Amino acid sequence: MAAPDAKAKTEAPAFRDFPTVPTILAGATENVRSYVANEKIQEAIGFPGKLADNWQETHDKAIGRFGELLEKYRSLKVYMDACVHCGSCTDKCHYFIGTNDPKNMPVARQELMRSVYRRYFTPAGKMFPSLVGARDLTKEVLDEWFTYYWQCSECRRCSVFCPYGIDTAEITMAGREILDYVGYGQKYSNEIIGKVHKIGNNLGLPGPALEDTLNGLEEDVKDDTGVDVRYPLDVQGAEVLLVTPSADFFAEPHIESLIGYGKVFHAAGISWTLSSKASEAGNFGMFIGNYDQLRKIAMRVREAALELGVKRIVVGECGHAWRVAYAFWNTLTGIGAGANDPFAVELQKQLDPNYKQPSHICEVTWDLIQQGRLKFDKSANDSRIITFHDSCNVARASRMGDYPGGQFDIPRNIIKAVANNYFEMAVDTTREKTFCCGGGGGLLTDELIDIRVKGALPRMEALKHVVDDHGVNFMATICAICKAQFTKVLPYYGFNMRLVGGVHQLVSTAIKLGNEQ
Amino acid sequence: MAIEVNGKSYEVDEEGYLINLGEWNEDVGSFLAQQEGVAMTEQHWEVINFLRDYYNEFQIAPAVRVLTKAIGKKLGPEKGNSQYLYELFPYGPAKQACKIAGLPKPTGCV
Repeated sequence: MAAPDAKAKTEAPAFRDFPTVPTILAGATENVRSYVANEKIQEAIGFPGKLADNWQETHDKAIGRFGELLEKYRSLKVYMDACVHCGSCTDKCHYFIGTNDPKNMPVARQELMRSVYRRYFTPAGKMFPSLVGARDLTKEVLDEWFTYYWQCSECRRCSVFCPYGIDTAEITMAGREILDYVGYGQKYSNEIIGKVHKIGNNLGLPGPALEDTLNGLEEDVKDDTGVDVRYPLDVQGAEVLLVTPSADFFAEPHIESLIGYGKVFHAAGISWTLSSKASEAGNFGMFIGNYDQLRKIAMRVREAALELGVKRIVVGECGHAWRVAYAFWNTLTGIGAGANDPFAVELQKQLDPNYKQPSHICEVTWDLIQQGRLKFDKSANDSRIITFHDSCNVARASRMGDYPGGQFDIPRNIIKAVANNYFEMAVDTTREKTFCCGGGGGLLTDELIDIRVKGALPRMEALKHVVDDHGVNFMATICAICKAQFTKVLPYYGFNMRLVGGVHQLVSTAIKLGNEQ
Repeated sequence: MAIEVNGKSYEVDEEGYLINLGEWNEDVGSFLAQQEGVAMTEQHWEVINFLRDYYNEFQIAPAVRVLTKAIGKKLGPEKGNSQYLYELFPYGPAKQACKIAGLPKPTGCV
């Protein structure tokens, strides 16, 4: 079982002189397991509370669901069939690099499911299972799925290197969906999804607490700057609805970026509001590969937008939320284009067609900078020597601006517009080849600290180079998970936990609010 | 799972957070702190009491910023920063202090 006191034992792997393919250490992380969701957590979001007492029943349900997913998602079937075991993906996963466990090679992670696929869904596997490496679905296999599908952050780096474009994240999502379907959920993600439905956000922050926090922020910003910057909640008729991860209301350094968003809207004279109903941009429905949850969580944003009558929807610094917003909102909820139910039509009429719907906060800020509507004192950031960590879901699953690669350039453009000292990390660790922070995809939970620390190794190595060569002391990022994960794991590698922060934290430091001499 | 304090049993979750928040008392807090390797002082209790008061009002632990501000007002500006809180609660003021205060663990991207 997972050691509850994993923290005491976890040590960061040594930095490597050359990033060679790791030596295999079979079973290295087989005991690093997420907590299993209890019946209360499972049932609150409509999943069976636990596995059936009778294995055959669980077996049949799992295989039945697997078959349905293969029908529903053609991509999954292609991914099951297409792999030629070329090995291109093997050393591309940060968890394999950091843990040496061969089951963390993407091809091996896929094989956990592919071997079962062959047994039940291919003629050769049905007739001669042992000849084609097909295996029955047993309780042990299901346990292995639970362990290793919760050691994948769905970062999709391996798919960049796969000649067939096989997306391990989709296989992981399918694995988690089958597990949930038979009553074998992960506590961390499913508890959070329950809180979104019950309270409105991942954190479980009720409306009055949100209001109190925002009032406090207004006081703080007034003390700091002398300016009345507002952090409005549930304002009817505001132009912009900002949807941001609830961590932005709660945690450090996240809240510094929230302060920055407010200053941007203030300086540009744009009316905006947060919503107590849609007080969460994150959507863990994607992490667990469950379409109904994905849609239900996304719907809150559409409802809030309709109720508040806003003209624009803007998403704050959250990596996977931007993937959901950019790639899925249009068909899930009709924000943007695509859905044609009456509410979606109403929403599309309501939203201003002169703006991308939804927009990322970085797109908003960069547009305003280009229009000359924001002014900065770049020297205010001179104590910082900055690098930028691309977050997986923004880098590999979305876009910003109006050309391919805009999602890489726009955050960097903003940083360079508000600060003087900027250095890139090594090119094979940034942009579409970026390494995951080690805590994405539903792994940001304390019992997984061992693989979180180890999975951060490649990013920490790249960071070490720019720290040593250029004195970098600030790694900017636009994802709440990245911020929380780095704050926790940086000290394991000998760095200060405060080395990570948000892009809008930098904006916040340098922006002029119109009261300057 | 359960812990035993002064002969009475208290239910806790996998991570050692108290299940029934109403059962908390200072002895339970001290016991949980001991398990975390935190030696409680008057400064620690100041934070724990603030957390519990805030929770009673808002049904959630305060944001780290709200906490640092309140501590700063009460104990002086030099203590109104998260560094001070991390010195008291090395595994993070939010999670570790909540556990000792008998409050649920903050979830999400924190």
